[in-house]
Amino acid sequence: MSAPETTDDGFPTLRCLAPDGTPVGDVEVGLDEEGLRALLRWMILARRLDRECMALQRQGELTVYPPFEGQEAAQVGSAAALGPRDMVFPSFRELAAAIVRGVDAVEYLQYHRGTWHGGPYDPLATGFAPICVPVATQLVHAVGWALGAKLDGSDACALAYFGDGAASEGDFHEAANLAAVFRAPVILFCQNNGWAISVPSRAQFAAPIAARAPGYGMPGVRVDGNDVLAVYRATRQAVERARAGDGPSLIEALTYRIGPHTTADDPTRYRDEAEVERWRALDPIVRYRRFLEAVGVADAGFAAACEAEAEAWVGTVRAELVALGAPPASEVFDHVFAEPPATLRRQREEALGGA
Amino acid sequence: MPEITMVGALNAALRDALDEDPRVLVFGEDVGELGGVFRVTQGLQAAFGRDRVFDTPISESGIAGMCVGLAMAGWRPVAEMQFDGFSYPALDQVISHVAKYRERTRGRVGMPVTIRIPSFGGIRGKEHHGESPETYYVHTAGLKVVAPADPLDAYRLLRLAIADPDPVIVLEPKSRYWSKAEGELTTEGPGIGRARVLRDGSACALISYGAMVARCLEAAEALEAEGVPCAVVDLRSLSPLDVATLGEVVRSTGRAVVVHEAPLTLGLGAEVVARVVEEAFDHLEAPIRRVTGWDVPYPPASLEQVYLPSVERIARAVREVVAY
Repeated sequence: MSAPETTDDGFPTLRCLAPDGTPVGDVEVGLDEEGLRALLRWMILARRLDRECMALQRQGELTVYPPFEGQEAAQVGSAAALGPRDMVFPSFRELAAAIVRGVDAVEYLQYHRGTWHGGPYDPLATGFAPICVPVATQLVHAVGWALGAKLDGSDACALAYFGDGAASEGDFHEAANLAAVFRAPVILFCQNNGWAISVPSRAQFAAPIAARAPGYGMPGVRVDGNDVLAVYRATRQAVERARAGDGPSLIEALTYRIGPHTTADDPTRYRDEAEVERWRALDPIVRYRRFLEAVGVADAGFAAACEAEAEAWVGTVRAELVALGAPPASEVFDHVFAEPPATLRRQREEALGGA
Repeated sequence: MPEITMVGALNAALRDALDEDPRVLVFGEDVGELGGVFRVTQGLQAAFGRDRVFDTPISESGIAGMCVGLAMAGWRPVAEMQFDGFSYPALDQVISHVAKYRERTRGRVGMPVTIRIPSFGGIRGKEHHGESPETYYVHTAGLKVVAPADPLDAYRLLRLAIADPDPVIVLEPKSRYWSKAEGELTTEGPGIGRARVLRDGSACALISYGAMVARCLEAAEALEAEGVPCAVVDLRSLSPLDVATLGEVVRSTGRAVVVHEAPLTLGLGAEVVARVVEEAFDHLEAPIRRVTGWDVPYPPASLEQVYLPSVERIARAVREVVAY
């Protein structure tokens, strides 16, 4: 097992790697060398894409964008622990998880370009539900999907991402309770990035989020969210539990949002740069890269190759994205119902002149 | 042919839907063992098992939210909100997700979700048990909203709602749950989006839905005796509205009175009046009147008849419109 680290609140935090990449426990998480390298590759690709999105937003090519820098391990480690038939229910900051699931980055980013709402990709084919902005509401969708999978006799599971801010919403409670009551194969995965826009964790809850789990009747694990191996291990255990019919799990990944809440936010108004610097020193990619190079699973050339791949990839993404125009105006009307009623057909004609 | 109550007809609709489509699920608070506080789901769990008919915790937002996930997983959820006044915690899920999922996913993921809500007043209920929530749903794009007025149409509308590829809110008039009708239970006949003309009459059109349809029919009966023959239109489908039928009827009567239990201001009557004016302005002989609940919270049992449109209030409005 990975070493639990006890923080000052007395609740253990699972960790496989120290911030300098040194193993602090069992680092055997059930991945072969290729699987281990894939985690690093995804994190490098994700970070490069995230930074490109910030640039694209500043250049006016994207509308408001919520960056995830600092949270790569939490997202990649958890998404990589799922199988192709599983279903992810994201909130709105899970682009890294999306690309691990195989969601096309350009299709996903149509949302942030303002081309379409939160489901511009195929949610069912990719196993990645539409981007969900109303805080915590996606958690009950995941419970419903998981219950549906269970009723089908499938061993697939759902994983729902939510933030520390969402843990204060009623839908978190309803989802946790319903999941436990129905023994639904669902993982409630919290990325506690320290801040709900401007409100710090200490002003949001008085006990660890993971500590709530026993009260619902499910295991709760807190994990170092900047340790991709620990995240993978904790998620994998929860997935196995779900597949075995043992019901839901709650995982709280402690991580940090290095950037603003969104490009419309100015974090210097509410937090210390010193705090950000402390977390920069805990960078999940540096930590994991050091580990892989120390144990000889990857050499410096591997990371360099991933960076080169990322550079070429984001170039393609950028080119395709900026070439995207608005969909036909008729689409404002065409997807509201399977068959638009007469009253809506009349409005469509009025708007489009019968187009 | 035996008589059937609206509760019996709704129960039969659920039973037939569960029987015909193995993807239909029925769930909500107390719908399993108990059969629902109004017994609409009576016997269904015994007949179809605990996987397909099940109780949930008291968790309205969760119930509506689970509908979204279940629909994504290929199921056809039919959820019950126990009372109108307890459906509000689910509004976020209904408005933000159930109604918008098809559009959000550019048509890829539909929401064949039915949410049944025992609604409206007239049962001497306590606070929160006599609400008319229709405007919240009608005002939400992406939802269909129906309200049956009699047992046979309740069967038809609920079956059509469950079979619909899009979400349908079914507002069941509690005060008509024990009303009886005789006839064949069938899905044949007017679909969602169609109104029914229950009675012809040349002097004035009474336009209503849900429990107030019975009062309109009663008023029409009394007015007929006074020599004022009224047409009665049962809207049934509050969204989409059957604008064509409304226009047709009012073009023939030239006069109309709209009746509903919901408060006056921004009640469905406001929309009906606007549509009728758009459709039949040149044919109107008098201003259209609305007979509705007042702009007050639903009153306690001892005073609910002060609030609800009475046969006398309806008849008086018709007389005024006809005398205009």
